[in-house]
Amino acid sequence: MRPEELLCPSPKGLYSPAGDFYVDPTRPVARAVITHGHSDHARRGHGKVLATRETLSIMALRYGADFAGETQAIAYGESVDVNGVRITAHPAGHVLGSAQMALDWRGLTIVASGDYKDAHDPTCAPFVPVRCHVFISEATFGLPVFRHPDASHETAKLMKSVALFPERAHVLGAYSLGKAQRMMALIRQAGHSAPLYVHGALTAISAYYEQAGVPLGEVRHVKGVKKADLAGAIIIAPPSAITDIWTRNFPDPVTAFASGWMRVRARARQRGIELPLVVSDHADWDGLMASVTATGCEELWVTHGAEDALVHWAGTRGLRAKPLHMVGYTEEDEAAEGEAVAEAEAGPDAAPQDGAS
Amino acid sequence: MNEFAELLDRLSYEPRRNAKIRLMADYFRMTPDPERGVALAALTGKLSFTNAKPALIRALIAERTDPVLFEMSYDYVGDLSETVALMWPIPKEAEAANANHPPFLSEIVEGLETLPKRDLPRQLSMWLDGLDETGRWALLKLITGSLRVGASARLAKTAVASLGDIPPDEVELVWPGLAMPYRELFAWVEGKAERPETLDPVPFRPVMLAHAVEDESFSALEADAYAAEWKWDGIRVQAVCGRDAEGKRVGRLYSRTGEDISGAFPDLMEALDFDGAIDGELLVMRHTRVQSFNVLQQRLNRKSVTAKMLAEFPAHIRAYDLLAEDGEDLRPLPFRARRAKLEALAARLMAEGHDRMDLSPMVPFDTWEQLTAARADPSSAGAGEDAAAVEGVMLKAWDSAYLPGRPKGPWWKWKRDPHTVDAVLMYAQRGHGKRSSFYSDYTFGVWTKGEEGGDVLVPVGKAYFGFTDQELIEIDKFVRRSTINRFGPVREVVHEPDEGLVLEVAFEGLARSTRHRSGVAMRFPRIARLRWDKPPREADRLEALEALLKAEG
Ligand SMILES: [Zn+2]
Repeated sequence: MRPEELLCPSPKGLYSPAGDFYVDPTRPVARAVITHGHSDHARRGHGKVLATRETLSIMALRYGADFAGETQAIAYGESVDVNGVRITAHPAGHVLGSAQMALDWRGLTIVASGDYKDAHDPTCAPFVPVRCHVFISEATFGLPVFRHPDASHETAKLMKSVALFPERAHVLGAYSLGKAQRMMALIRQAGHSAPLYVHGALTAISAYYEQAGVPLGEVRHVKGVKKADLAGAIIIAPPSAITDIWTRNFPDPVTAFASGWMRVRARARQRGIELPLVVSDHADWDGLMASVTATGCEELWVTHGAEDALVHWAGTRGLRAKPLHMVGYTEEDEAAEGEAVAEAEAGPDAAPQDGAS
Repeated sequence: MNEFAELLDRLSYEPRRNAKIRLMADYFRMTPDPERGVALAALTGKLSFTNAKPALIRALIAERTDPVLFEMSYDYVGDLSETVALMWPIPKEAEAANANHPPFLSEIVEGLETLPKRDLPRQLSMWLDGLDETGRWALLKLITGSLRVGASARLAKTAVASLGDIPPDEVELVWPGLAMPYRELFAWVEGKAERPETLDPVPFRPVMLAHAVEDESFSALEADAYAAEWKWDGIRVQAVCGRDAEGKRVGRLYSRTGEDISGAFPDLMEALDFDGAIDGELLVMRHTRVQSFNVLQQRLNRKSVTAKMLAEFPAHIRAYDLLAEDGEDLRPLPFRARRAKLEALAARLMAEGHDRMDLSPMVPFDTWEQLTAARADPSSAGAGEDAAAVEGVMLKAWDSAYLPGRPKGPWWKWKRDPHTVDAVLMYAQRGHGKRSSFYSDYTFGVWTKGEEGGDVLVPVGKAYFGFTDQELIEIDKFVRRSTINRFGPVREVVHEPDEGLVLEVAFEGLARSTRHRSGVAMRFPRIARLRWDKPPREADRLEALEALLKAEG
């Protein structure tokens, strides 16, 4: 029996011939299993969707309640049978509700991990390695130069800058689902209790986190707040908004960006970032190696990112590995973020105005 | 070291001058002696190590990482020090040992100064084991001599001054007598000790600069309020002479930014004999004739000072101003009084037979029309055979004190050839044919007000020629050393107010252009000379080109 009979790459995403369903399909399909709510993994228009309750709620928030024909929720540790394939959800530690989907069929276990990280995150359940025959891993940060420091250390840099420049605003770019809320929680942990301001693209999703039991403190929409009142404030916005004219309404803003890409100076410079914070919701190189090893897998499949390096590393360990050359998964949702911002700005939630004008 | 590296990292991303000052001041405030003093030395360019070659660093990383993974990583990051800093594996035992005490910058600097070369690889790996990613990056840049501080020495001193309520020029005055780790300097600015004695009898005094005058601003100026003198086409210098505590004569030659350049001009230093500070122009003089800037450039380009070069390119100072004499600070005096003292000094030196320094003559005039005529024909207006070395005229208000920086009003420069502009190199592209291994096509820019209020550089043209082969090699070296971005065959080079390369660009005329963001296009631009001596902040502004455009109709 070949593992490809249980799961194999196809033009629409990972497909299970045995169970007749897709995992994180990039185009509409009859039956989809979704690992998490980032829009390159969770698209609208599927017939049936199986995902965690949080992921389903996030999809409804983004796309409207009619995003799929039919939905079914699965909790961590719970199993669901689909055409003879047993699907079990395990925490992936990536964002709220993110799940690794373990597929069991005729004694064979394949884990499709989606995006994951093994670093601490106060806003979601921690990653759990799942024993399996085949582990399917992302490799977004699959190069040894990507080693993410402790996120609290990076948050301290932001807090230090806020203390040093109390007359300026700090505009922090963070992906609107997951990273933004994780930064809020980290900022709270660092002792900052003042209200946090957010771009319109972040209000609904942050409110959902609160409602799901993740305390973020007071979060205010920045729209309409007077320029002078934003001195010393932290304003969190989607990455595509932080260098746009929208920020002209803030007092002499410091442009910060929380992302694993900030590890490499040229990337931070390209984007005109003044305060790069290396905070990632993906596993870093050490995390990828440790997680793959912990699954005890016999075979490693690599979906997207720097596949070559991870496959090479597996080879040096005598672990069978292959790249799946999956397309349609963007670098940490940049394209999707663009969409979300456009939506937020077009709606009644448009850009903030200087209250004085 | 980790904290200092974090400061360097932050400075490298921060574009605002005032923010840079505050970041440095904050670091100095939070960091104890002697660590902060060593950091100050690094920030002011007093530390330079080139102990480690890239080959050593490659060897160290090769011992520790998989070669395929290293190549993939290097290819992605594009910078050797950064790649190694990021992927350097920390051995478990080092992690535990270093947890309480990562190496201090001061320890590292002491080690680098004293360690025998053969011990360097082992010591270096121990330091790298002890630092975080940013710390490793800064250390590798430091020891390979490629540490770029995103701030000038002047800015670092301004940050020190800001710790107390002390004008930066005061720090500048005591600076030459101080040495790493600058304990007495920090104690003074923090109000814990008296001002350090200026032990240096020959300190640098910050230079006074002129604004470029545009034709229409003359109507507002009173001709009899101003003196005029030639603006010589050399290098602005400050020659300072005095006696040390033992009564021994000392002399020093400073560039306009306060850099000590005495070492390159032993012939001149030997000949200087007075007690005071002279502001003047460094020129090459052959048989009492001033040579062109190109001749001076040939001397400046030589790495080592040889007897042949000294004979072939004798250095000379043409004096503009006298800032101090016999221990008295003359700067608060009006120009008229300083000039009288300078003339007296020059006459005395000449009577004593000194021939390495002379007085820059005044250009007599009563009306602006007369001065315009003189500027158009310096040869008949007193410059004689030296006319070719006249770059224009300087206007100095008779009643003006000597003020540091560029105050608006007292001094004006009126260049002779309106068709040159000091621009800043922004991008360089590889050439074609035999130049294909060189970055030989240059895009340069001038300053203008940015959208956010601060000054930004806007590209105004591209030049491919005008430079000598030797200059091409120098620019190419600069481009490779100062790359901050790559776009295919194009490199973006550092172009900050205090860091970058100023090019004097000559051109035949200007036209309006909708194709260029600046709105102007140059005809036949070429590199007239390299202004290594000039900080980018002193390059020209777009307004000057726009005024020229208007004047040309
Ligand atoms: Zn994701």
